[in-house]
Amino acid sequence: MSEHVLEIKNLTIDYPISIGTVRAVEDVSISLRRGEVLGLVGESGCGKSTLGLSILKLVRPPGRISGGQILYHGRDVAAMPDKEILKLRGQNIAMVFQNPLTSLNPLFRLDRQFLETIRQHDPGVKKEDAISRAEKVLESLGIEKKRLFEYPHQLSGGMRQRIMIGLGLIMDPDVVIADEPTTSLDVIVEAGFIDLLNRLRDQFSLSIILITHNLGLVAEIADRVAVMYAGRIVEVGKADRIYHHPLHPYTQGLIGCVPNIKLDQEELVTMGGNPPDLVNPPHGCRFHPRCPRAMDICRRQAPPLKTHAGGQRAACWLYENKEASA
Amino acid sequence: MVSGAKYSPASFLSRLMKPFITAHKRYGTEWWILIAGALIILFMIYMALFPSTLAPYDPSDQAAGPQLGEPSRAYPMGTDNLSRDVLSRVIHGSRTILGVAFAAAILSSLIGIPLGLLSGFIGGIPDRILSLVMDSVYSFPGLILAIAFAAMLGPGVVNITLAVAVIYIPTYFRLVRGQTLSIKEELYVEAAQAIGARRWTILLKYIFPNVIATVVVVFSLNIADAIMTEAALSYIGLGLPAGIPDWGRDLSMGKKFLPSGVWWMITYPGLMIVILALGFTMLGEGLSEILNPRLLER
Amino acid sequence: MKNLLKYAVTRVFLTIPMLFILLSLVFVILRVMPGDPVAAMLGGHAPPEVIAAKREELGLNKPMIVQYGEYLAQLARFDLGDSMIFDQKVGTPIAEKLPATLELTITGMAFTLLIGVPLGAYAASRRRTGRDFGIRLYGNVAYCIPVYWMGLMLQLVFGVWLGWLPIAGRTSPRVFASLFEKTGFYVIDTLLAGNFAALGDVLLHLFLPSLTLGIVLSGIFVRLTRANMLDVLKSDYVLAARARGIPENKVVYRHALKNAFIPILTMMGLQFAILLAGAILTESTFSWPGMGRLLLERIRLRDYPTIQGVIVVFALFVSLVSLLVDLIYALIDPRVKY
Repeated sequence: MSEHVLEIKNLTIDYPISIGTVRAVEDVSISLRRGEVLGLVGESGCGKSTLGLSILKLVRPPGRISGGQILYHGRDVAAMPDKEILKLRGQNIAMVFQNPLTSLNPLFRLDRQFLETIRQHDPGVKKEDAISRAEKVLESLGIEKKRLFEYPHQLSGGMRQRIMIGLGLIMDPDVVIADEPTTSLDVIVEAGFIDLLNRLRDQFSLSIILITHNLGLVAEIADRVAVMYAGRIVEVGKADRIYHHPLHPYTQGLIGCVPNIKLDQEELVTMGGNPPDLVNPPHGCRFHPRCPRAMDICRRQAPPLKTHAGGQRAACWLYENKEASA
Repeated sequence: MVSGAKYSPASFLSRLMKPFITAHKRYGTEWWILIAGALIILFMIYMALFPSTLAPYDPSDQAAGPQLGEPSRAYPMGTDNLSRDVLSRVIHGSRTILGVAFAAAILSSLIGIPLGLLSGFIGGIPDRILSLVMDSVYSFPGLILAIAFAAMLGPGVVNITLAVAVIYIPTYFRLVRGQTLSIKEELYVEAAQAIGARRWTILLKYIFPNVIATVVVVFSLNIADAIMTEAALSYIGLGLPAGIPDWGRDLSMGKKFLPSGVWWMITYPGLMIVILALGFTMLGEGLSEILNPRLLER
Repeated sequence: MKNLLKYAVTRVFLTIPMLFILLSLVFVILRVMPGDPVAAMLGGHAPPEVIAAKREELGLNKPMIVQYGEYLAQLARFDLGDSMIFDQKVGTPIAEKLPATLELTITGMAFTLLIGVPLGAYAASRRRTGRDFGIRLYGNVAYCIPVYWMGLMLQLVFGVWLGWLPIAGRTSPRVFASLFEKTGFYVIDTLLAGNFAALGDVLLHLFLPSLTLGIVLSGIFVRLTRANMLDVLKSDYVLAARARGIPENKVVYRHALKNAFIPILTMMGLQFAILLAGAILTESTFSWPGMGRLLLERIRLRDYPTIQGVIVVFALFVSLVSLLVDLIYALIDPRVKY
């Protein structure tokens, strides 16, 4: 029980807008264990970013959590008062974002940005101590100390991303949420990033939620993978199980879509159809309009997430009769 | 349907309100701001065209009441130092200010818009020179230029209109030129293939209609500005000859009596300026929001 | 620093064409307009020979090009010419009155920022609430208020009804300016002289006129600040700052505002022109002995060279301020390379 750093139970997030209510996340339950890397994948708009933001209650109004719990070491973030959340952010749970150029305030020198974060969580700290902490973190990330006194635009993309991670790690959190961290980086920098994440996980038992649409990235470092579609989780399980035995048709489609140089593919495999309308989602299973194996029941009822062989969970009527115990 | 029900006052009212309700649902608060502005303007136009129907006295009547009389039931806005009724002067004053502002705005647009179209369309050196001139004028405080013009031209309605009109020409010029340039970029390839005559049609048929929407908004805001400028010119004495009721000049007249506590001579004319300018501003802002909505901005 | 100087010089060179056009425009307005200034000056009933003689004397009979050339040459020597009415150089009264106008204008701009920017930032942080709507309403209405009317109303309330503040002049009659006048900026002068009683008097007189200017112009800044802040508050670095636990008010007033301030700075430069125009009207309302009143007075007297001189100085200041804004912008934003 205490092995779970983060437990999300039946979380629902709504965005009431003028034309209706967008249900970005529906009844999502997932947990994160200590020292594990959880990959959260899905196409754009499936709700994975919103889910990530909600863990720190950063969902932008009018979006709000309309149901469920987010338990961090047993405490419900969703019900926490603002003052408590501020303590959590950046200190216990850190979040790293996609675009490091726009995620760093261009007018502030980097040392100032570090100082501000450190002083926020540790008010009595002396300036020299804070600076040396920042320098240590930079060192461990492979950045020269003098860079601390520069402005964001003076650094390269890869360095900026590492600075972002540095800002996230400076207060020794035990959870890091990375939202599309390598999307704006080139592949070589991405490889460096992967090494870095591995190191962090091994050295500090950091738990990491990796939100991305890049399956290749997830394949390299994730321990477990959760696949989201239209605000719901459709499949969860150990990374290699998911890759070699994907159960849900959507997951199968996703994995089939990744181009593989080794295979002799003449055409790229694609999935037909369009992402669903989240104001008026399809009845029953949300994937059924695009599913190549849709059945009658799929149109009428949404399948529950059921556990199957090897601890894998999938929400699909295809496997309804083939349950195996966990 | 029972024929009688069609003509009941309730159904008539609901049918009248329907387009308003639909517009409200679509545009929200902006629609009501536009309506409020339009109502103010319509009321002021009526006041300017038919002042005698509203004003209880003749504005030049120097025996209408007591001298410097406080506002009372007989004289809701009091009387001035020449015993004239302030309310009547205020009502009649709307004609001058509205007339000058309208005329100036129309004049500015008539000159600025074609110049902007041509300059943007033709491009090259003449465009650059003209733009430089217009930008320089635009960057200079308009009122000061208007003062200079008014001072040189002398008093008179026509002169004042000219003085006010000149300073807004760059506004229209820049607006129209900018839009022309961006549209020209898109159509240039086609235009290169067309015959010379057809380019004119392109100008008129494509560029102009796109520009119209923004011009209408700017026109309304321009009138608001022109109102302020005209009033300012009259306030400092560069405006119309004495005798014509004018809010700006009445303000400067009333100024002398302020230290003795005579507040009604300045409060009401000034208030009218604010309301009239607000009316046009609201119309312009409302139109702007409706014609070029900024999604999720607010 | 050396780079900044180079940058400054480049900007100066870019400003010159605009200034040139403005000066030429002033020339055109004052010479090529209908109406004969000389006849008017001499009273309208003078015999034609006298008028002609006066014209010759003033050099108004030379061809326009020559007059234009002389005008430019004079300006290049920083000579604004001689008054047509009084026996003085145009520059003299201008130099006397300029500090008064500047003092008023600068204090006015300070009030504008003090009122407009915080209100705009607050409105952005309380988006879509009643307070936001109220502040936006204020912003829209403020622009429609004639500055002289605002001045008169403030005079009425604070000067006449409450009697708290003076409504005319820069000092009380008892306080003699000659006692301390050095720079012409009375706030500075009284401080330099250590005369705190006089300082108090000067500040009291400065308060209402600059507040008037400040309130009327603040509307634009409220809207601009609010719009910029809304944009900035949506940006990634604001989200990232929130994610690090930075409390909302620090996010708004430290991170967001500084970034939103840059367009505000540029707007300040643009608004300076309007501020000058407003200063003329305010000087008239508060009997403030500055360039605005000088302009109006000389218009009445038809002293064309002085009128021209005042407008030229205004044009110079507008260009100067816009240049200054460019330089400050380069200093604040580390991304600007110089």
